[in-house]
Amino acid sequence: MMCPEASLGFASTTAREEMESLALSDATASDCRTTMSSSLPSDVDPLLFPTPRAGDAPSPSSSSFLEPPSYAGVVFSPSESRNGVSDQGPFLRRDASPRSARAAASDYRRIAVSDPQTEVAVANSLVPGGTTYVTYLITTRVRPGSVDSGPAEFSVRRRFRDVVTLADQLAEAYRGFFIPPRPDKNLVDSQIMQKHEFVGHRRLALEKYLRRLAEHPVIGKSDELRVFLQAKGKLPLPTTTDVASRMMDRAVRLPKQLFGEWAAAQVVPQDIVQPAKGGRDLLRIFKELKQAVVNDWGGVKPSVVEEDKEFLDRKEKMQDLERQLTPASQQAEALIRSQQDVGETMGGLGLAFIKLTKFETEETVYSSQRIQAADTKTVATAAVKASRLYQELNAHAVKLLDTLHEYLGLTIAARSAFSDRTSALLTVQTLMSDLKTLNTRVEKLEAASSKIFGGDRSRLRKVDELRETIRVTEDAKSCAIREYERIKKNNRNELDRLDREKHDDFLSMLKGFVINQVGYSEKIASVWATIAEETSRYARDNN
Amino acid sequence: MGESATSFTSTWTQIRCPSSPPAVDLSGDGMISPETSPPRSSSQSPRSPSAAPFLSISVTDPVKLGNGVQAYISYRVITRTNLPEFQGPEKIVIRRYSDFVWLHDRLAEKYKGIFIPPLPEKSAVEKFRFSAEFIEMRRQALDIFINRIASHPELKQSEDLRTFLQEDEETMERARSQETGIFKKPADLIQIFKDVQTKVSDVVLGKEKPVEETDPDYEKLKHYIFGLEDHLAETQKQAFRLVKRHKELGQSLSDFGKAIKLLGACEGNSLGKVFSELGAKSELLSIKLQKEAHNLLMNFEEPLKDYVRAVQSIKVTFADRANAFRQHCELAETTKLKEINLDKLNLMRSDKVREAEMEYRELKAESEQATRRFETIVRLMNEEIVRFQEQKTADMGLAFHQFAKGQAKLANDIADAWRSVLPKIEACSVSSQHG
Repeated sequence: MMCPEASLGFASTTAREEMESLALSDATASDCRTTMSSSLPSDVDPLLFPTPRAGDAPSPSSSSFLEPPSYAGVVFSPSESRNGVSDQGPFLRRDASPRSARAAASDYRRIAVSDPQTEVAVANSLVPGGTTYVTYLITTRVRPGSVDSGPAEFSVRRRFRDVVTLADQLAEAYRGFFIPPRPDKNLVDSQIMQKHEFVGHRRLALEKYLRRLAEHPVIGKSDELRVFLQAKGKLPLPTTTDVASRMMDRAVRLPKQLFGEWAAAQVVPQDIVQPAKGGRDLLRIFKELKQAVVNDWGGVKPSVVEEDKEFLDRKEKMQDLERQLTPASQQAEALIRSQQDVGETMGGLGLAFIKLTKFETEETVYSSQRIQAADTKTVATAAVKASRLYQELNAHAVKLLDTLHEYLGLTIAARSAFSDRTSALLTVQTLMSDLKTLNTRVEKLEAASSKIFGGDRSRLRKVDELRETIRVTEDAKSCAIREYERIKKNNRNELDRLDREKHDDFLSMLKGFVINQVGYSEKIASVWATIAEETSRYARDNN
Repeated sequence: MGESATSFTSTWTQIRCPSSPPAVDLSGDGMISPETSPPRSSSQSPRSPSAAPFLSISVTDPVKLGNGVQAYISYRVITRTNLPEFQGPEKIVIRRYSDFVWLHDRLAEKYKGIFIPPLPEKSAVEKFRFSAEFIEMRRQALDIFINRIASHPELKQSEDLRTFLQEDEETMERARSQETGIFKKPADLIQIFKDVQTKVSDVVLGKEKPVEETDPDYEKLKHYIFGLEDHLAETQKQAFRLVKRHKELGQSLSDFGKAIKLLGACEGNSLGKVFSELGAKSELLSIKLQKEAHNLLMNFEEPLKDYVRAVQSIKVTFADRANAFRQHCELAETTKLKEINLDKLNLMRSDKVREAEMEYRELKAESEQATRRFETIVRLMNEEIVRFQEQKTADMGLAFHQFAKGQAKLANDIADAWRSVLPKIEACSVSSQHG
C-alpha cells in the first residue's frame, strides 16, 4: 500500500536541511526555517484521529505547518463573496465531515501505532542467534460510555503476523461483510528495502487499517478486534485446534458417507459454513469444484441459482467502480508527485538564488551590482516561500489520495464478500445435488428390494443407513441455506452502507481537494504578484 | 533601494515583447510558418529624417533547408536603420548559423578587450536539432546577439557587421569559407608559431610560469567572474529543471483529468457531473501549464543561460588580456636587451652599430605597439565591466519580472479553474440533503 505521506517527508529532507543551514539575517528567512523544520502532519500526531479529514482542526499542539494562519482569510473570504458559499466555508476545519461523524460513533476514539522496535525470536529457530521481527506499540483510547467497565486507554505490542491473524479471523467470522483489506505482507527481502523507510510505511498502513476496522459499524464492535487491541502479552498463533474448539459448540456430525469411503475425521456442520480449505477438506473441495463445473458447463441448471437481479446489477457496478478507481488513484498519486516535484525544484531554485545573492553581495564593486543582489534576494525569498506553500498544499492533497485508495480497498473487500456468497451458494447446491443422488439410490434400492419376496434384508439395511444419511444431509442443507441467506443479507446491508457513504465521502473529498487547491494557489499567486510589481520597472523602462 | 535613480536598458526587452507567441512547427514536416516580427524599438522609429540615429535588427522566419545530414536552418535578417553607412532604410538578407559564427569570430579577433556578445551553442543532440522549441530558442539567442552588437558603441561601427547585414548570400558564403577549417589566415599561423616558440623557450630557459599581472583589482575581478559563472550556471540548471517540472505537471493533470472523468461515469447524476467538471478543469489546466512551461523557458531560463555564456565570453577576454600582457612584457624585455647591446656596440664603435640601431628601433616600435594594445585592452575592459553589470541588472531584472508575472498568472488561473467547480459541488450536496 502506498504511503505517500512518508515518501513526501523523505524526499524533501535534503532541500530543507540545506535551506536551514544557510544563515540569512532577515525575519522572513528565519520564519521559513522554523516552519520548514516542523514535521509533516501525518507522521506523528495521533490527535489527528478524531477528525482525519479535518486535519486542520485547531489544536494547540499542531504545528503552524498544518494551518497557515492566514489560510482562512485568503481562501474563504474570496470564495464566500464570489459564490455565496455558505458557512460550510471553513470546511476543512470543522468536525462536520461525514467521515469524522462515523469515526465519532466508533467505540474507539483513537488508535495510534508507534514506536517500532526490533525483537529477537528465540524459540524454534533454525538460524543460530534467532531471526528478528518488528513490533509496534498500539495505543487505543476508548470512547467513554461505549464499554461498561475497563480502562479508558490501553496499549499493547503487536507484530505484523498478529495483524495477519486478525485479518484471517475477521474474514472467517464476518463473511459477506466488506472488510477493509489489511496491509500487504512483505514480499521483498527486507534488506533490499531501506529498513527505516519500510517500517515507517508499514506503521502508517497499520494505523490506517486499524482505524478503518474501528469505523466499521459491525466489525468495530467485534471481539476479535477488541482482543487484538487490548489483550496483554503475545497473541497465540492460529492453529486448527482453535477452529475445532469453536466447532464443538454444535454437536451435529455428518456421517462418513458424506465424504465417500474415505472416513475422514468427524466434522460438524459449522465446518460446512466455512469455505472449504485445504487438508481434510480436500474431498469437499473436489465436490464443490465438480458442482461448479456442472453449473458452468452442464446443460442443467442447478436447483438454486443466484436470481437476485438487483444484486447482480450492483455487483457489476462495483466491478466498474473498481476498474475506474485503479487508474484514478494512480493518476491522483502521480499528480501529487508532480506537484511535489514542482515545489521541490522551486525550492532548489530559491536556494541557488540565495547563494548567488550572497556571492554578489560579498563581491560588490558597482552600484548596479547592489541593486541586482537586492533583486535576486527578493526572488529567492519568494521562490522559497512558494516552495513551502507547495509542500503544504501537497500534504493536504494527499488526503484526496487516501479516499480513492480507501474505496479501492473497499471494492476489493466487496469482491471478497461476493465470493463468500458464491461459495456459500455453491455449498447449498452441492448438498442439494448430494441429496438428489442419495434419494435416487434409496429409490433404486427399494425398487430392487421389493422385487424379492420377503424383502432383501441387506438391501433394506442399506436403505435405513441411507435414510439416516439423508436426514443428516438435510440438516446440513438447512444450515447451509441459513448461512447463505445470512451472507446475502450482509451483502445487501454493506452495499447500502457503501452507497450512502461513498456519495458523501467522494463529495467531501472533491470539495476538500478543490478548496485546498484554490486556497494555496491564491497564496502562491499573491507571493509572485508582489515580486512582479516590485520588478515592473524593468519592463516599464523599456517601453 | 534607489528604484528610480537608475534606469537600465535591457537588451532583452527589445526582443522580448512579442505581440504574438512565436510560431512553432506543429506539423512536424520541418517547415515553420513565418513568424510575425514584432515592432522593434517603436520608441525609436523616426518621425522625421533628422530623428535620432537607430539601428534595429530582427532575426526571424527560421526555415529548414537542405536534406538529410546537410539540412540546416536559415533565418531572415531584417535591418532597419537611418545611419548613413548603410545601404538604405531597410535591408533583408538570408543567413545561417555559421554566418553568425563568422561574424562573432571576426569581431573577437579585431576588438580585443571588448566582451563580444555570446552565441548560442554550436551543436545539439541530433534529434533535438530541428525541434520547434530548439529552433525558437536559437532564433531568440541570435536575435539578441545581433542586437547587442548593434547597440555597442564600438562594435556597431564594425565593417564586418555591415558585411553581415547587407551583402548577398554568395559574398557571405565566400567570406565564411575563408575562415572554415583548420586553415586559418597566415597571420594567425605566425601567431600560433610564435606562441609555441615562446612556450618552448620558456621551458628551455626554465621560465615555466607565464608572466602575469599582479593588479589586485584585476585579481578581484577574475575571482568574481569565475565565481559568477558557477553560480549563474547553477541557477540556470534549476530554472531548466523547473521548466521540465511544469511540463510534467501538465501531463499529470491531463492524465488525472481523464481518469477522474471515467470515474465520474460510474457515479450517479449530480456527483457524476462534479467529477466530470473536475476532470475537464484538470485538462484545461494542463494546457495552461504547458504554455507557462514555454514562457518560463524563453523568458526566464534562456536569459540565465545567455548570461552564463556572456560570462564565458568575458573569460575569453581575460585570455586575450593575459596574452597581450605577456607580449608587452616580453617585447619590453627584449627591447631592453637590444638597447643594452646597442650601447655596447656604440662604445666599441663597431660597424654593426647601424644595423643594430635599425633593429632596435623596429623592436622598440613593436614593443610600444604591444604596450598600447595591452593598455587599450585594460581601458576597454574597465568600461566593459561597468556596462556589463548595468546590462546584467537590467536583463536579470526583466527576467525576474517575467518569471514572477508568469507564475502569478498561472497560480491565478489554477485558482480560478478549481474555484469554478465549487458551485457544482454545492449543488450536489444540497440536492443530496433534500433527496
